[in-house]
Amino acid sequence: MIKVGKIVIYSEKTELARELVTAALEIQGAERSVTAVCINDEEQTRDLAARGIAVVNLSAPGVHPSDTASTARALQQVVDELEAELVLLASNRRGKELAGRLAQRLNAGCLTDVTGMAIQEGRLACTRNTLGGATVATQFIKTARQVIAVAPRTYEPAAEKPGGSVDDMTVSISAASGIKLVETRARDKDSVDITTADLLVVVGQGLENQEDLVRAAALARFLGGEVACTKPVATDRKWLSEERVIGLSGKTCKPQLAILLGISGQVQFTVGIRDARTIIAINNDENAPIFQMADYVMVADLADVLPPL
Amino acid sequence: MNIVVAMKQIPDVRQIRIRNRQPVLEGVPLTFGSIDKNALELGVSLKEAQGSGKVIVVSAGSEELQDTIKEALAAGADEAYLVIDDKLEQADGAVIAHVLAETIKKIDDVDLILCGEGSGDNYSGQAASRIAELLDLPQVGYASAVEIQNGTSRVTRSLEDGEEVLEVPLPLVVTVVADINQPRIPSVTQILKAGRKPQEIWELADLGIEPGAAVETVSNLAPELQRQRVVVKSNEEFTQVLQAEGFTGR
Ligand SMILES: Cc1cc2nc3c(=O)[nH]c(=O)nc-3n(C[C@H](O)[C@H](O)[C@H](O)COP(=O)(O)OP(=O)(O)OC[C@H]3O[C@@H](n4cnc5c(N)ncnc54)[C@H](O)[C@@H]3O)c2cc1C
Repeated sequence: MIKVGKIVIYSEKTELARELVTAALEIQGAERSVTAVCINDEEQTRDLAARGIAVVNLSAPGVHPSDTASTARALQQVVDELEAELVLLASNRRGKELAGRLAQRLNAGCLTDVTGMAIQEGRLACTRNTLGGATVATQFIKTARQVIAVAPRTYEPAAEKPGGSVDDMTVSISAASGIKLVETRARDKDSVDITTADLLVVVGQGLENQEDLVRAAALARFLGGEVACTKPVATDRKWLSEERVIGLSGKTCKPQLAILLGISGQVQFTVGIRDARTIIAINNDENAPIFQMADYVMVADLADVLPPL
Repeated sequence: MNIVVAMKQIPDVRQIRIRNRQPVLEGVPLTFGSIDKNALELGVSLKEAQGSGKVIVVSAGSEELQDTIKEALAAGADEAYLVIDDKLEQADGAVIAHVLAETIKKIDDVDLILCGEGSGDNYSGQAASRIAELLDLPQVGYASAVEIQNGTSRVTRSLEDGEEVLEVPLPLVVTVVADINQPRIPSVTQILKAGRKPQEIWELADLGIEPGAAVETVSNLAPELQRQRVVVKSNEEFTQVLQAEGFTGR
């Protein structure tokens, strides 16, 4: 008894849109009720159509992902046209920013950073972290239309499959919002994917100097794993790229083994690592909250532990 | 030029204890979300750079807000526009955004509306986008730098894989990331003066808004953690643990 109607999916990032295809099909089953929207992106149109679903190849002059208002307007027209009830977006930064604006246009309830969806009693139940990651809430959107932004990597990307189709559509967006894109800068590419590593050595602000960082990285390499970090290590100290941040505003990882070095254990961090099979924590403060969630607890100064390792 | 900063009163998440998987909120002090404080710092420093205008904090919440707001007034805000109503307890992001948008409409010459990229408790990131839509303004989320010059803004949006620099005419809505700045620590005099700064207060009925919620929460529980907390005393024992876990190294 599924009450979810037509689903529209959209992400400017093709790899995230593929995950949304999987999410939509899991909720809806019926392929014909799932439509992906690609905005000014022929390549994405081809990619998603090859995954067995209907794709709207939307030509929307003047619409650019950097102008959230214009993207929301374009999507609203498609959602209205298709009479869709549920819009699935990716909960990357652009997707989250878009979610609230589109929801407001559609008069829809909205949930972002959703880490799981399931049909319960004919309604779509969503799970997401709340209270900074201390708790996990199960929530329903009560409005007729719903906008849900799904956390990246919650679903596997959809595989290629026959049966897809493409419909061309054009929308014109009136009143431009005056946003001018002056410059784009790519981040230094750190192609590491900490979410797939079996072993992670995760460093926090307890590391006193970059030599310890080199040692931690050597340990990770020796054990066949990757280095990850807490947010301040990347954003304040800029020792590692933001690609390697674990937590609420970083990534969620489920390695076989996580070795946590000099990390206090604030919920915004632990939410990203609490599903690791085994956790070893080393901290010089015996009362550090991180020890609450560790299988192995080592109270020690990293300056004594790291060099010999 | 006036700058509005929207801030959310939240329980201090570091002080929330879990009992029987339930969060215990009683006795937990209220504060503002930490990224909201970065938004306020940006507002205050932009005002100082301009040398004119006011920084006005808007916030909606329970009665305690009249006290919590002093934090923001001490940290450099000039005035507060507050909506205080018990009925806001059940309100979700959609209602709060509506309330804040209506409140912002009462303020003259607003050039910039600032929010944190996400609140300290829900981190849902909807309010700013909804406010921008309700007020029909352009928006830039996840700003890591903001400059104002000659009636336009230059905002750097920080994304997962890069940055983009945008020029946007005023007024606009901006959300900031946590590393945009380091919020100042107010001095004792500033804290003392905070209580005397103007606060305008409304109730929901004054704004003609019905409380409600588009989202229903059926449960909110801490995940079950079953960890053994075996004590490891030396590097030798640490190495043994690694081996026992199947990581012997290369
Ligand atoms: C909305 C929001 C989102 C956030 N998202 C994230 C996120 O995604 N990821 C994230 O990580 N954080 C996030 N944070 C920040 C988070 O709250 C913490 O501030 C952060 O995780 C702390 O990092 P840390 O443990 O490395 O540093 P600290 O809290 O400073 O801890 C350092 C630890 O090292 C120990 N130590 C110091 N010296 C030594 C030594 N010589 N030997 C051994 N141990 C030592 C100390 O005892 C301490 O426990 C977020 C915060 C907010 C408000």
